Amino acid sequence: MPQWIRACATDDIDEEDLIRFDHAGATYAIYHSPDGQFFATAGKCTHEDVHLCDGLVMGHLIECPKHNGQFDYRTGEAKRAPVCVNLKTYPVKTEGDDVFIEVP
Amino acid sequence: MSKRDYSLLGPDGARAVETGLAAAEWYHTDVPRKVMKELMARSDAPAIRDTVILYGCMVAFAAIGVALWPSWWSVPFWLAYGVLYGSASDSRWHECGHGTAFKTPWMNNAVYEIASFMIMRNSATWRWSHARHHTDTYIVGRDPEIAIMRPPAFAKLILAFFGIPDVIAFFPRMVTNALSGPTAEERTFVPQSEWGKVQRVAIIYTAIYAATLVLAFAMQSILPLMVIGLPRMYGAWHHIMTGLLQHGGLADNVIDHRLNSRTVYMNPISRFIYWNMNYHVEHHMFPMVPYHALPRLHDTIKHDLPAPNRSIAEAFREMWPALKRQLAYEDFFLRRDLPATAKPYREDFHKAALGEAIPAE
Ligand code: FES
Repeated sequence: MPQWIRACATDDIDEEDLIRFDHAGATYAIYHSPDGQFFATAGKCTHEDVHLCDGLVMGHLIECPKHNGQFDYRTGEAKRAPVCVNLKTYPVKTEGDDVFIEVP
Repeated sequence: MSKRDYSLLGPDGARAVETGLAAAEWYHTDVPRKVMKELMARSDAPAIRDTVILYGCMVAFAAIGVALWPSWWSVPFWLAYGVLYGSASDSRWHECGHGTAFKTPWMNNAVYEIASFMIMRNSATWRWSHARHHTDTYIVGRDPEIAIMRPPAFAKLILAFFGIPDVIAFFPRMVTNALSGPTAEERTFVPQSEWGKVQRVAIIYTAIYAATLVLAFAMQSILPLMVIGLPRMYGAWHHIMTGLLQHGGLADNVIDHRLNSRTVYMNPISRFIYWNMNYHVEHHMFPMVPYHALPRLHDTIKHDLPAPNRSIAEAFREMWPALKRQLAYEDFFLRRDLPATAKPYREDFHKAALGEAIPAE
């Protein structure tokens, strides 16, 4: 049953950056885009078991810290080798100063 | 320890998977996120400047070499051209393969393709082998890019300074790739979606070398080969010299780049050719940091790293005797002392390897 979970405050994430969010044994990455929107994806890269939270956000791309694979974090689409498998994305909403993600 | 088996399909690789050495979590020095973001920031300007200098010098040296050919006066110009073709292409291949040299993706890709051709690596195949080198750096049976296997094959190492083993391996593989795509071993690490690209790249390389050979026959001269192909041999020495220092003589089967990689202070010309990969511990620990920010990264984390070697000569004086000892005793390696302020990491995990160290003389 999907449910909305508070992940963080809006000012917990700098613009063009991300943070890690763990909930119920799963790990996520929450992004603050340069145009002020928030997004969420699975926390781990689809190439190897590496968390994206130490990666680099450039525009709407997240670059993985291990082998520089890239995803579009809005859609999860794999954009640069060595990643080939898309990243799972999750709905996000903000209410006041809080960021919520919808988890399964 | 029994003899090492470097095959990617052999027992050492399987054991590394079982024990958790493979795809492990490696040590990282703590760097505040804000500082790390500044270090990772991408920019086109330094790489555009360096690329204009590199290709400008190559055109100038080759033009003078051709103009003076076949006089002996052309030799210094060929040597300079060769080292840019046969060695600087290695670092350009590497940095642009990571996608960190330029901010603009097509610039990374363009320089990567040109550099791959010059260094004689199929551009579609090698992206994938290098990813594994970063996952499992110097883990025996996992890392496909171990330059000095134990016991070291000295004859092969010496021949590598002239590009001979690489060139001998490259041409049959290029023809095989052109005719039938990736080899069986390559298919184990190149995703199927890329197999067609491997073949297309090989066909283009084959066509360029064939055209160069036809021109050489038509001119009854090796001059075309002095420009395309041969500089991969007569200019290879610098990238072998620097490449052997990256991990040579240090520990294998550890998951801390401070123990298996070497940072060496180098002169500015070597750093230009090598694009700052002399900061090799730093590069492995943080592959997201572009080459032009590595000196800053070094300053930021050096308190947590072993002392760097002070020069290329000093590093060779350390490494070469260690390699010679590995001939007789292949478990010998140079144990890196971490600074007193460094955070120790997984000493328990490394004990099996480190416990067998014989101190360097
Ligand atoms: S682990 Fe993310 S690109 Fe390899």
